[in-house]
Amino acid sequence: MVVKEELLKKTQAYYCLDCGKCTSVCPISRFNGGFSPRRILIGSLTGRYEETLKDEKLYTCLTCGLCGTRCPSDVKFVEFIKSSRFEGQKLGNLVPCSHGGAIQSLMRIMTSPSLEQRRLDWVPRGAQVAEKGEVAYFVGCLPYFDAFFTDLEVNSLKIAKAAMKILNRADVEPVLLKNERCCGHDLLWAGDLDNFKKLAEHNINAIEESGAKTVITTCAECYRTFKIDYPTYIGPLSFKVLHITEFLIDSVSQGKLNFKKTRKKVTFQDPCRLGRHLGMYDQPRMVLSSVPGLSLVEMERNQQSAICCGTSGWMNCDAISKRIQSYRLKSAQQTGADSLVTGCPKCYIHFKCAMKDPKMGKELEIEIKDLTSIMADALGR
Amino acid sequence: MAKKKKQEEFEPKIVVFACNWCSYAGADTAGVSKIQYPHNVRLIRVMCSGRVNPAFVIKAFERGADGVMVSGCHFGDCHYMFGNYQAKERFEVLKSLIHLLGLEKERLRLEWVSAAEGGRFAQVVKEFVEDVKKVGRSPLALTNI
Repeated sequence: MVVKEELLKKTQAYYCLDCGKCTSVCPISRFNGGFSPRRILIGSLTGRYEETLKDEKLYTCLTCGLCGTRCPSDVKFVEFIKSSRFEGQKLGNLVPCSHGGAIQSLMRIMTSPSLEQRRLDWVPRGAQVAEKGEVAYFVGCLPYFDAFFTDLEVNSLKIAKAAMKILNRADVEPVLLKNERCCGHDLLWAGDLDNFKKLAEHNINAIEESGAKTVITTCAECYRTFKIDYPTYIGPLSFKVLHITEFLIDSVSQGKLNFKKTRKKVTFQDPCRLGRHLGMYDQPRMVLSSVPGLSLVEMERNQQSAICCGTSGWMNCDAISKRIQSYRLKSAQQTGADSLVTGCPKCYIHFKCAMKDPKMGKELEIEIKDLTSIMADALGR
Repeated sequence: MAKKKKQEEFEPKIVVFACNWCSYAGADTAGVSKIQYPHNVRLIRVMCSGRVNPAFVIKAFERGADGVMVSGCHFGDCHYMFGNYQAKERFEVLKSLIHLLGLEKERLRLEWVSAAEGGRFAQVVKEFVEDVKKVGRSPLALTNI
């Protein structure tokens, strides 16, 4: 199999020393002894690649990249899993989808070119929005999450409203794209490359039509997809992509934004897409520390060693995810922080869901805030 | 000689999720009593309207359905006590998703039909098909058929 050889070479799988450090740090292996990144990789190297492709475990991996930080030979396991999922898709694998596959279906619906979405109903009346301009705000799936997870009370659109407030305060009138699609992150990581490319092309066209030179996102996953995957699978982009934290750092250093004093103590959950995938550990912390009086305490495992929120790409939600989430929430509680700040809307949803567990009662309770909302709140009225 | 049809009339594809205890039996009653209803519907039997995951309905739209109807027992009649209340809750989520996607609200319908209401089932389906015919083909049907 030529693809396999190429893939193993590209991801440096041949360098694997069989040391098992990946398995020892993997958050899934910690709670599920049957899953082992080492075994998957060694199995594929020793002639069982076809079995790996058909195995459900291929979709159990969170692609959080924690194994990659510990690997002495720098095997790109996350890349290996992603590319293997493309192969799996060609074989017609049925991807295990949580929520009955509803969210993936929504994304596939969005690949349709003739769709006229009504996704801007949330925009607050006072917000200043431009028709065409230099800066665009990419909202992503937030309106859909808001509608879909009403029972979890996640109110994902709060994040979007907070972003609008921050942008307007910094004298930026962002363009809101009327017909943007999902960034395609979840379809890409489920192995559906064709539909990912369709979504990506829609988005790139929409942004280019708007004339924006800078695109700001509030989602760690959108950011990774724009930053790494669009250039890889589509081609170089004609615009710059910024995460809201980068925008905030710039605006604060230029003195455009002033925060009110608070006495809150918070802890930060590094999203894997922002942290390990892109190496942005300091930016969110810098942003949080720019609020006077706000103290940041770190969880036992932070930055490079941060634990994932337990589910990725709406694919692998099960009892193991719940245990990872409980572990993470408990370690957030142990820091004594008032609230847990997340940088990714999905971490937010997953933790909220974990806290709803009736059996756990108040054991896991901690206030969760999104990074964007907490910054918007700190701006005052 | 019969004239060639000027324009082929649009026949929507409609998926109906009917609960085993009331609506499916209602459709059966319509059949037994020889009450005719449009042939556009594809009837899918589920054990309870509460079983209809939003994913089913979204999947139906993804695959090019022009309209989807969820049908269950009247409140208080549910075989599983509260299944239809759950269906209603889930339906609210669906309504807002369909709105976001830009699909017309006429494409989605929730109805309560009991086992005895064969006539009503036929009536409801007839109305629904007419509504969907008015809004035309689903934008997704063009690409995802």
